[in-house]
Amino acid sequence: MPDDMPDDESKITRRRFLKNMAQSAAIIAIPGFPPGTTVDEILQWNFKEMTPEEKREAVERLERRYREQFKKDVTVRTTPAREDVLFGYALNIKKCIGCRRCVYACMKENNQSRDPQIQWIRVLEFEDGTMNLEESEHYYRPKEVPEKGHYYMPVQCQQCENPPCVKVCPVQATWKEPDGIIVVDYNWCIGCRFCISACPYWARRFNWAVPHLPADELNTSTHYLGNRPRMKGVVEKCTFCIQRTREKGGRYPACLEACPVGARKFGNLLDPNSEIRKVIEKKRVFRLKEELNTEPKFFYFMD
Amino acid sequence: MKLIDFVIGFVKLALKGSPRYYAWIGALLVLMLLGAYTYIYQWMNGLILTGMRDQVSWGFYIANFTFLVGVAAAAVMIVIPAYIYNYKLFKEITIIGELLAASAIIMVLTFVVADLGRPDRFLHLMPLVGTPNFPRSILTWDVIVLNGYLILNIIIPGYVLYKAFNGEKLNRKYFLPIVFLSIPWAISIHTVTAFLYGGLGARPFWNTAVMAPRFLASAFTAGPALIIIVAQVIRRYTNFDIKDRAIFKLSEIVAIAMVVNLFLFGSEIYTIMYSATSHVASLEYLFVGLHENTKLVMWTWLSLILDITAFILLLYPKTRKNFKTLTLACIFAFLGVWIEKGMGLVIPGFIPTPLGEVWEYWPTFPEAVISLAVWALGFFVYTIILKVAISIETGEFRKQLCMDECESEAKSREH
Repeated sequence: MPDDMPDDESKITRRRFLKNMAQSAAIIAIPGFPPGTTVDEILQWNFKEMTPEEKREAVERLERRYREQFKKDVTVRTTPAREDVLFGYALNIKKCIGCRRCVYACMKENNQSRDPQIQWIRVLEFEDGTMNLEESEHYYRPKEVPEKGHYYMPVQCQQCENPPCVKVCPVQATWKEPDGIIVVDYNWCIGCRFCISACPYWARRFNWAVPHLPADELNTSTHYLGNRPRMKGVVEKCTFCIQRTREKGGRYPACLEACPVGARKFGNLLDPNSEIRKVIEKKRVFRLKEELNTEPKFFYFMD
Repeated sequence: MKLIDFVIGFVKLALKGSPRYYAWIGALLVLMLLGAYTYIYQWMNGLILTGMRDQVSWGFYIANFTFLVGVAAAAVMIVIPAYIYNYKLFKEITIIGELLAASAIIMVLTFVVADLGRPDRFLHLMPLVGTPNFPRSILTWDVIVLNGYLILNIIIPGYVLYKAFNGEKLNRKYFLPIVFLSIPWAISIHTVTAFLYGGLGARPFWNTAVMAPRFLASAFTAGPALIIIVAQVIRRYTNFDIKDRAIFKLSEIVAIAMVVNLFLFGSEIYTIMYSATSHVASLEYLFVGLHENTKLVMWTWLSLILDITAFILLLYPKTRKNFKTLTLACIFAFLGVWIEKGMGLVIPGFIPTPLGEVWEYWPTFPEAVISLAVWALGFFVYTIILKVAISIETGEFRKQLCMDECESEAKSREH
């Protein structure tokens, strides 16, 4: 439905109802909510179904709240998916040295809670000759990587074409965008964690505590559906750095930029000349757990 | 108005009771207050207060939720013989089952709220004010069937009691269809709850077709077992007439359900063990522990021993018809299924994680306190509505409310 079309009656009623509610009560300090949370924010609608006007208001509210919270100007964008773009990722497991620079670059870029620490990328260490996940080492700590006789496989959200996490969400707080990125509306998620149970790649994280993010570590360039600071009790995940990759002349995801050995490739799967298409055509690629029919857009390959 | 009189009468009857009644209700209230206090703490700090983390993201709350859905569904084991087979002895005690169902669903819903990261946003589940993902998300189905079942189990006993309170006959034209509707509805709540787990390809331990049948079998074990215990308490403390034969018939149901439950569990174990794929890991965690993580092992074996002992005690007529051994068997069956359909079902689904990590969960103290409080809430509700229901059913409410005498007294005063 085009955004400027009038919605069905129910939503108009709801919107009016919420507006009236908001005007009659402008509480600021509500126990258990981030400082600066307004009643308008609590009562706002699912992002997916907001009108452009509502989106603008929601963004303004958030920017105001973040300013109060972090004493810094934060930009929250709502840049939509570009046409004829379907993002894909490829990772060369022959090159990966398991240094985990991607893990920390991702944290820095995406404003994850530092305490408790939330990481979107998990790097698995395998002994040569096996790819049995149950034999992988998650907490390897050698003096130096790569360890002899081992190889590494970073795992993050596989941005499935057929995402089991989206199917199970009872409130449509998570969905697949037209460019293939699976996003979460942190203001709509009820925190039931069904999506965490449904994800075969263990790619989703929950804010078990009030996220702690020091203001001097805050990335102020954010996207509504991506790296804007989160609140407790909601699920989050990798978005292929939606705040970077969707912008004009888009930047690569932070994990790709951080990789010291160039193991990571990213691009538009619909563009026949893109690097990602070249990788898929020229290299031997595979995807994790293909038997589950999730159709990941995250490919692993070897030279 | 008659309905208002009924409600006022209900409240009056609930407030009247023996010292033992007050002590029990008071103790439950204390537990509930402790839980509420702890819950405020959880709300302020987040679910970090629990033992759950990203590796095991559902725990004790969801375990109890799952088990209690079964207890709620079990009322149907009285309703079916009573209304489909016209088994008279059960007709008199259906209300015990229906009120148990209502109380269990209240616990079920409270456990879900306790587990939600953002309980403040529960309206997002509702049509019009939210965006329910219906019919795609099986969880929205669960919301519908659970709340519908709660409503059915308030309407049915509520109507029966209302009519009895006013000394009127039931209108069977409206009453019977609703009772019959409650039968498939009871099956649906536990089926849909099983489907929450069974539909997840990411979790091989849950992704099995036998999940729903197993859920139902275990429900029809634990639920009627609890009803047998409750029936004996009622017989001891009230004049409500429950025949021995009704209790023995119920115990046969528990025995049959238990053997079906054990059979289905055995089929599951065989399939996993004999094919011996990597999916055996979760079962290994349950029965022997995985990589030195053994917190559930003792409980798994305990649950199996309880289940089997209960079955043996219920199998032999001599022990089945002896109230001491019968009660013991029912306690065993209830606890056995609580372990097996609670922690024993939920936790191994997460171990190992989809990326092969083995991380062990155990509930924390606050988690246990909140859970205990939810149980207390259930028993609180059940005690009160059962007490009122029984005094209405036995006709004692007239005496307790001094309805006739007081009325005539008032009238005589007017004259």
